[in-house]
Amino acid sequence: MEALLYQISSGLANGIIYGSVALALVMIYQSTHHINFAQGEMATFSTFIAWALIQAGWPYWMAFFFTIAVSFVGGLVVQRLILRPIEKAPVLTNVIVFIGLLLIFNALSGWFFDHTIKAFDSPFPEDSILSTKYFSAHQFGSAAVLLLVLFGLFAFFKFTSIGLAMRAAAQNPDSARLVGIRVSWMLGLGWGLAAAIGAVAGMMVAPIVFLDPNMMAGILLYGFAAALLGGIDNPPAAVFGGLVVGVLENLLGAYVIGTELKLTVALVLIVGTLTLRPAGLFGKKLVTRV
Amino acid sequence: MANLLDVKKLSAFYGATQVLFDIDFHLESGHITTILGANGAGKTTTLRALCQIVRTTGSIEFNDTGGTVQLVGKATETVVRLGVGHVPDGRGTFTALSVDENLRLGAYVRKDRAEVARDLDKAYARFPRLAERRGQQAGTLSGGEQQMLAISRALMLRPKLLLLDEPSFGLAPLIVAEIFRIMRTINQEDGVSMLLVEQNAGLALDLAHYAYLLETGTVALSGPSKAIKSDESVRRSYLGY
Repeated sequence: MEALLYQISSGLANGIIYGSVALALVMIYQSTHHINFAQGEMATFSTFIAWALIQAGWPYWMAFFFTIAVSFVGGLVVQRLILRPIEKAPVLTNVIVFIGLLLIFNALSGWFFDHTIKAFDSPFPEDSILSTKYFSAHQFGSAAVLLLVLFGLFAFFKFTSIGLAMRAAAQNPDSARLVGIRVSWMLGLGWGLAAAIGAVAGMMVAPIVFLDPNMMAGILLYGFAAALLGGIDNPPAAVFGGLVVGVLENLLGAYVIGTELKLTVALVLIVGTLTLRPAGLFGKKLVTRV
Repeated sequence: MANLLDVKKLSAFYGATQVLFDIDFHLESGHITTILGANGAGKTTTLRALCQIVRTTGSIEFNDTGGTVQLVGKATETVVRLGVGHVPDGRGTFTALSVDENLRLGAYVRKDRAEVARDLDKAYARFPRLAERRGQQAGTLSGGEQQMLAISRALMLRPKLLLLDEPSFGLAPLIVAEIFRIMRTINQEDGVSMLLVEQNAGLALDLAHYAYLLETGTVALSGPSKAIKSDESVRRSYLGY
């Protein structure tokens, strides 16, 4: 019983990280209907920036917020320079560009920061009051940070006029232009936000899995499974999907299939969701008039 | 009085297909002008050309208080920001957003918050049925209510020129009468100039000061609404009633 609870609690802790990667994917999917395959590598690169700043003697939280800001601007710039010219191009063109970005960011991480595995300290010390029986201080702290991000996003989209404009642009770009919204810039903002969320996820996962250029490869897959399972057009559902994937992965790994086959869980979930319930658990079924 | 809009040799294209052929027209400031014509004559395309949604050549001069602006080549968002409101065909409401959010989006480019709040109240006073449904998703409204919402949203911009694409489309006659009555009020009380595209020629000629008749992408004839309405042969051959 005790062991089962541990599996569940650490599954939840992993799940919230998958959920935040899923959130970053949803952010871009909602406005462009594309899955950014480079999301994980961009997050890794952001995490390396934070690592370098901390190595240079910056206090953790200063490096944390600075990295988020840099990532936001970076995401915006990537959209403006690389994706805007192909806004109207077919899906495959975009997919190729995403794969290109994945390779570029992966190579940049290796080039600037080399391929050795690095330790990334957690801002939540183990002996602090955050540490409880079932959750380590880092698990608890990172969950809190990611929930804050989720609530922040919710408030941004619900209560600010620019958030409302982003929703409008995602939903009906033609009408959005007719009320004067600069739709292309809204896509850029979406990329910026996604990159910022990815950076947070990267900095929260690095203390657990250690930092190297391929850190996010597996996690992106879990994030993708989470987003699909919850519903790719629904941010809170994507986070919920993350929690389900995290717990499922841990339980199956511990009791059924063994730890070596854990990643398979993500793949099975992806294929399973797409065949049985393509809209996800909470996603809206899309009906198109032809 | 000066013309609000001077259009010269306007052509419009969907891909390689040309839909408008060198048409000339003008809109007088403060007036309601209507464009009539059969299906496929290019009425909707004319409105889209003014908003630069389709590829256009020629000249569209918008005479603002601040001077004359050439609209051809501008981004749609920029044309809107100059004060051109557009109620598109199919209404173009944001169906998953609430009525209130739709209206607030209409004023997205405005910075005068207090005035926006006043205009919001005014919109709800004008269409009490929208006020009753302010928190409801726009997609759940009836056709008539969606049309009221689309017009109200365009007015939230405080446009100098309002483009209306078939506001009567698919609506019951009573609702159409209400909407046209309110359009007249908006024109008379707020001084909003309008360009109205309509299938229902009788209604449009009653409301408008001046009319253009399009036939396969060219202007077939134009004149004051009264004159066109009373011309038996024009009515028979072009308007079919």
